[in-house]
Amino acid sequence: MTCDAPAAGRTGEGGRWRSYGTGRRSTRTVRVRVSAALLAVTVLAVLLVPPLVQLDQQAVDLAAKLQPPSWSHPFGTDQLGRDLLLRCVYGLRVSLLVGLVAALVATVIGTAVGAAAGALGGWADRCVMRVVDTLSSVPHLLLGIFVVALFRPGVVPVAVSVAATHWLSTARIVRAEVLSLRSRPYIDAAVSGGASRWRVTVRHLLPAVLPQAALAAVLMVPHAMWHESALSFLGLGLPAHMASLGNLIQDARGSLLAGQWWPTLFPGLFIIVPTLALAGLAGAWRERINPRRRSELML
Amino acid sequence: MSDTPVLELRALTAGYDRRAPAVRNASLTVASGEAVGLLGPSGCGKSTLARVAALLHRPDSGALLLDGEPVRHWRHRAPRAQRTAVGVVFQQPRLSADPRLRLSDLIAEPLRATGRSQEIPERLAELTAGVGLTPDLLGRRPHEVSDGQLQRACLARALVLRPRLLICDEMTAMLDASTTAALVAAVEDYRATTGAGLLAVGHDRTLLDRWCDRTVHWDDVTAGVLSAPGAV
Repeated sequence: MTCDAPAAGRTGEGGRWRSYGTGRRSTRTVRVRVSAALLAVTVLAVLLVPPLVQLDQQAVDLAAKLQPPSWSHPFGTDQLGRDLLLRCVYGLRVSLLVGLVAALVATVIGTAVGAAAGALGGWADRCVMRVVDTLSSVPHLLLGIFVVALFRPGVVPVAVSVAATHWLSTARIVRAEVLSLRSRPYIDAAVSGGASRWRVTVRHLLPAVLPQAALAAVLMVPHAMWHESALSFLGLGLPAHMASLGNLIQDARGSLLAGQWWPTLFPGLFIIVPTLALAGLAGAWRERINPRRRSELML
Repeated sequence: MSDTPVLELRALTAGYDRRAPAVRNASLTVASGEAVGLLGPSGCGKSTLARVAALLHRPDSGALLLDGEPVRHWRHRAPRAQRTAVGVVFQQPRLSADPRLRLSDLIAEPLRATGRSQEIPERLAELTAGVGLTPDLLGRRPHEVSDGQLQRACLARALVLRPRLLICDEMTAMLDASTTAALVAAVEDYRATTGAGLLAVGHDRTLLDRWCDRTVHWDDVTAGVLSAPGAV
């Protein structure tokens, strides 16, 4: 009987630890599930609404301009009487497209540059990284505006401008990973086995950095969407007739001062909710694959 | 067997910091078909010397001759024929195997890298039997096998291109006695059929004395005393 007491104490303590652990895990699970659900809803809306719902987002109805949210217009209408819910969905479609394309392009450029710098090493590495440092020292929104100003407004220039200014952090991450892998004995073994520089990079180094690069890409999607909105808001991004979230907020600026809050609030929520959901999911993935690297990726 | 030594190091100085080289003035010769044991305490620079001899690390000064040919370039710059003439087995199999490759790909990788993929089935069957790997292990990845099994695969990889010189850098330091015996037997089988030279680096005098034709001590290598075979 005497030896039962400490055993019971241990189990009790073990139980407390376990429940504390599950408590923490479940918070994270809830966050991941909510993020996944929100993201699924928005992506489905963006994919399904335009082909299924036969309503024209550009349909002007001046009799119904600037109406507050109601059953017929859940998000209200803008100053030309267009339905805001429909325009938000179309706007998110454009923003997501720009975000995905820009993130993909930026990741491909960043991975290629970072892997080349890391794998070549020496003066090539030093030159490439000094260029990266120089570009990083210019505020990237400014650089993006410069790129956009070179072209006619449209989806492609915006995607190019965001991609061209956002590969730098990926290049740094990939280069650092490649440098740490390069001195491993298995790379020595590959060199000794007659592998060329190209083969070592493609067969051994790139597959090892791919999870990091993919994660950087996912984290970059929300960032690219914010940039698209910022450029459009400044009137430099997408053409004014195109429903994009930045354009919607830009259009709503005047009516906000007159007390009409809905044309600003709902597009704003459409920027914040999907990007936070995406960032939440990517954050959970990042913690899973690499708990150390929290501050090195932006966001 | 020719008279030209397969490996000759002359007054070699190498390291990672020029002010404090890990290897100072080392001279060593491995005759064709000879097995030389290099004995030294840990941290003395043996592995650096092994990496230099495998053309993986450029020395600061001195000369290295492979089959009488002076080596002028290292790592990727070395001609492929010269690089692959030396096979290396490292101390830690975990670090010297790409974690993403299955054992069969690990062993076949040098054949693929040198454009000799058609030889893979034949060499794979030959080598796995030689080093004592069972076929079911070949489909596994490094984390699914033991250190000993992985080191067998690493030895097979080092032998797959039929090197004229094999460098074993503390190959058996992490392994138990029976695996050590099996690996040494596999190396000796290979040497008996091909007449390849061997440089076995280690700190276990008993093992090296039994395994090799002659054992040289690190202090003698760096003092420049024992450069020719038969000087013991």
